Amino acid sequence: MERVLDPSVLPSRRETGLSLGAAFAVMLAVFVVGPFVLYPVFLMKALCFALFACAFNLLIGYVGLASFGHAMFFGWASYVAAYAAKSWGWPPELAIIAATAAAAVLGLVAGGLAIRRQGIYFAMITLALSQMMYFYALQAKFTGGEDGIQGVPRGHLFGLFDLSREMTMYVFVLVVVLAGFLLIYRIINSPFGEVLKAIRENEQRAISLGYNTERYKLVAFVLSATLAGLAGSLNALVFQLASLTDVHWTMSGDVLLMTLLGGLGTVFGPVVGAFVVIGMQNYLAPFGQWVLVIQGTIFVVCVLVFRRGIVGELAHALRVRL
Amino acid sequence: MFEIFGIPSQALFGQLLLGLINGSFYALLSLGLAVIFGMLNIINFTHGAQYMMGAFAAYLLLHHIGIGYWQALVVAPIVVGATGVVIERLFLQHLRKLDPLYGLLLTFGLGLVIEGLFRNYYGSSGLPYQVPQALQGGRNLGFMFLPNYRAWVIVLSFSVCFATWFAIERTRLGSYLRAATENPVLVRAFGINVPRMVTLTYGFGVGLAALAGVMAAPIYNVSPQMGSDLIIVVFAVVVIGGMGSIMGAILTGFALGIVEGLTKVFYPEASNTVIFVIMAIVLLIRPAGLFGRSA
Repeated sequence: MERVLDPSVLPSRRETGLSLGAAFAVMLAVFVVGPFVLYPVFLMKALCFALFACAFNLLIGYVGLASFGHAMFFGWASYVAAYAAKSWGWPPELAIIAATAAAAVLGLVAGGLAIRRQGIYFAMITLALSQMMYFYALQAKFTGGEDGIQGVPRGHLFGLFDLSREMTMYVFVLVVVLAGFLLIYRIINSPFGEVLKAIRENEQRAISLGYNTERYKLVAFVLSATLAGLAGSLNALVFQLASLTDVHWTMSGDVLLMTLLGGLGTVFGPVVGAFVVIGMQNYLAPFGQWVLVIQGTIFVVCVLVFRRGIVGELAHALRVRL
Repeated sequence: MFEIFGIPSQALFGQLLLGLINGSFYALLSLGLAVIFGMLNIINFTHGAQYMMGAFAAYLLLHHIGIGYWQALVVAPIVVGATGVVIERLFLQHLRKLDPLYGLLLTFGLGLVIEGLFRNYYGSSGLPYQVPQALQGGRNLGFMFLPNYRAWVIVLSFSVCFATWFAIERTRLGSYLRAATENPVLVRAFGINVPRMVTLTYGFGVGLAALAGVMAAPIYNVSPQMGSDLIIVVFAVVVIGGMGSIMGAILTGFALGIVEGLTKVFYPEASNTVIFVIMAIVLLIRPAGLFGRSA
């Protein structure tokens, strides 16, 4: 992976704290003002995908593992949450916890298999496993096949807050997404996160230093899958729907695009990328298949001339970490 | 009519034949991927789109210029292979010094662009392509009915795979190629134009995908998304076989097609996923793949 920052211009710790704090304040302000300016459902969707992309970035940006199968965690968690909330009548908090746990288990199995091969094989294995889970979703009874699970009740959070009210739901989604965001920030700045970055830079060296890199990679994979599942279960409650779209490989492509466009291995990049891509899909929807062409073009342009991504370029220009 | 394991022989051999057909495509496509990977060290995620372009090339040649199947078998791979050469010159050559991840992302994006463009102009419903006159009909083998075209696909795929294997493993040009895979710098020092070889290799791999597309056109409908689902299965095939050996890629392709066909007979619900399950099992017991060298 290309290094995002040149060590010679690495900002001091205090500067880093300042720039990150300022960026976080800006982001928070946008999220607070947002629902008064834009459709709350659109914002909630973007928030869910921001969390999804941050979870994805944990793996690709900080461990250097490119998964092409993250749709399986997002999509299957949304199925579990939708089923628990609708058919079992579980309250939203329990449905989300169950779905997130399911994603963690799936992550453990898929990750355990995928990390047995390195590099590009990893991408192919995750893609293949995710396609397998897509077919299970297509065939299984409880997913509702082509129809998906529709009309999922949002319910009352802790029996108190009525989530069918748009603003209440928005606040709930915002709180969960911010919690996930801060958790990921905490992880990448922990000693564990430092080891992950060491594996990204040079796995052989990390092994020679005595780290069991396979185990680190597996834990990172499971964390990423779990948080992707959290995002998926939230998304299912927002739209009151779990469908095949969420488990299809194009979803894995979308989250990859968000992360790449925002900036691989940056803190805020995936959030920005998610908002840009979701916004684009929203406003370009009338143009049909051109969306696919435009997304593909963005991939190509990003790889050729824009590898740092939006936030990465900004950080580079301002010589700060973002 | 007789029965094997309680399955009528017609059904069993029919599915075996279908499996062999699928296997032909798996083999051709995974062969192309392996050839490209060997020289460029990238996984060509555009491969599915290029297979689709081959089928469309055949369709367009027939309907706009009146060029039939037999000529298309030669023309389409050359045309699509040429677009591959352009892609390599325009994009891929700039990625050689970067993490292989970027090659993956770029080819993935290109695949989206190509699929999106075709969907835009031709919609998502399939377009029919006639089986060529000479191969219509079929023959009764006594235990099953064998359509001529399907027999032709299997024979052609087998021959092309074998010829490619022979060219790479047994000829002088192939030895340059293998040497350049091992140590491009040294081979360049001997006066061989390695960058041109890399470009042509990519074009050749893409041409193989396009050839598979032309062969597939009369069997499946020609549609923009015909490649994307197939290529994911081919990736699983590649993981199972390992990309260390050309013959490995070919054998795994055919074998898995047959396994898939048999699954359709004995446990149809699993036929979509059996290759992925096999991939998971192979990863557990032989992580490097059946024919792979451990990295």
